[in-house]
Amino acid sequence: MNSKKWDKVATAVLYAVALFIIVILFTLLAYILIQGLPHVTWHFLTSPAKAFTKGGGIGIQLFNSFYLLFLSMLISVPISIGAGIYLAEYAPKNWVTDLLRNAIEILSSLPSVVVGLFGFLVFVLQFGFGFSILSGALALTLFNLPLLTRNVEDSLEAVSFSQVEAGMGLGLSRWTTVLHIILPEALPGIITGMILGAGRVFGEAAALIYTAGQSAPALDFTNWNPFYIASPLNPMRPAETLAVHIWKINSEGIMPDATAVSAGSSAVLVLAVLLFNLAARVIGNRIYKKLTAE
Amino acid sequence: MDNYSLDDIYIKPLDSKEHELALSTEDLKVYYGDKEAIHDVSLPFERYKITALIGASGSGKSTYLRSLNRMNDLIPGARVDGKIMYRDLNINSAKVDVYEMRKHIGMVFQQPNPFAKSIYDNITFAPRQFGEKNKEKLDEMVEQTLKQAALWDQVKDKLHTSALALSGGQQQRLCIARAIALQPDILLMDEPASALDPISTSKVEDTLMQLKDQYTIIIVTHNMQQAARISDYTAFFYSGKALEFDDTKTIFTSPRIKATNDYVSGHFG
Repeated sequence: MNSKKWDKVATAVLYAVALFIIVILFTLLAYILIQGLPHVTWHFLTSPAKAFTKGGGIGIQLFNSFYLLFLSMLISVPISIGAGIYLAEYAPKNWVTDLLRNAIEILSSLPSVVVGLFGFLVFVLQFGFGFSILSGALALTLFNLPLLTRNVEDSLEAVSFSQVEAGMGLGLSRWTTVLHIILPEALPGIITGMILGAGRVFGEAAALIYTAGQSAPALDFTNWNPFYIASPLNPMRPAETLAVHIWKINSEGIMPDATAVSAGSSAVLVLAVLLFNLAARVIGNRIYKKLTAE
Repeated sequence: MDNYSLDDIYIKPLDSKEHELALSTEDLKVYYGDKEAIHDVSLPFERYKITALIGASGSGKSTYLRSLNRMNDLIPGARVDGKIMYRDLNINSAKVDVYEMRKHIGMVFQQPNPFAKSIYDNITFAPRQFGEKNKEKLDEMVEQTLKQAALWDQVKDKLHTSALALSGGQQQRLCIARAIALQPDILLMDEPASALDPISTSKVEDTLMQLKDQYTIIIVTHNMQQAARISDYTAFFYSGKALEFDDTKTIFTSPRIKATNDYVSGHFG
């Protein structure tokens, strides 16, 4: 065979592989949505779960997922931006910072169940936070922080060094240059990474089973005082999230409509993560346009 | 290419009674790690004149220029020895506030590097950081500097659009406007036209000729016609040394050093 023919064969094989992956992904997605969406009603999205009877919803779990996500991002976003700025703009090149980078690399590939058990030992038992939103948010921070830091560092480093020179050549300090020139230019990439990280955290179950707990006590949506035990904002209450809920129903659910609740929850979860990803794209592009071509 | 002696050096002295110096270096050495990249360069730069630094790639002219406002501080492992005299002050000293100094000795780089901001903000960002809040003054500064950089007519209707949408030549002239907005004494230019097409190049050159009345300009160029066209003085760099410094006319017509002669007549470089 000549090279032209080989080229055709190779192209055909690559197309087939790509098609194979797309078919698998779409089949999975379609299956989850077709199985789940018919069960998703307003009632399903807003009412509390039921343990033994039909007709339970996922209202509390959905709220817990968003609240946990919010708290963990509240902790991890500032830390990751600070760490990323240090690594990209200030850190000297020596064995300490090399070690730091390696540590971040290793942490980012830690299995989430290990993060969960670590959180259980440290936050739940040692610090005495118990099964709580706080323990869960801290565990999720551990899980997410390395990837976010990496993302911030990469985004900052993608900004050309000539911009640093431009700023410093005008007599601006390093900090002013980083804060007002480098950071805004890196912002689209940073925000995209943050939103993708949020999607990952939103679907995380293993890290939360042993930290935020597997129970969703009834919430009093009329009392928003964070110190009130049934308040939705109370960070010390146990909080089962949507992903944990799915895991629990499938392992020990005894309600008669367990399959339907599980399917509906999965569809909602997948849609939410899908929305996060789309939002990452749209918002990232929009900010990039705004900062560059207006 | 011949090997030239590094001991044959002619630096024309500029008598301080006749020539007011804006900047000068004494035995300036630049090291990258253990490697000495610039060896004992002593040059005078007269006020309100254009001095061109010429020489082949790797001769050290850019390295030397970048040490004049201590941009080499940004490079890990770089070290500068010797004196850089600016207004009776040796600015190559740990005591000097480099940020304050760089407001007086501005720089324009080889690649146009406007900020990813609007044209207006590119010019006003640094002055605002340094405390100028008066909107009228800032507006006036934008108009004046853009006029000086010969860019005003092309951009006056789109001052609040992104600077990145400008052409390369326009971006470079914006960078010049941005540098002169701080009203520096001295402008250092590192091959400011090398990334530009011939038409943009000639516009940038015109701009420099106009700026000469108010600024002392030190420009690195590998384009000898450019050096001959715009500069008053020329220094020839070879192997990390300044081998010859004289009036531009003398350098290009009757240089004293053989290496200079060979370079300006196109034997190497």
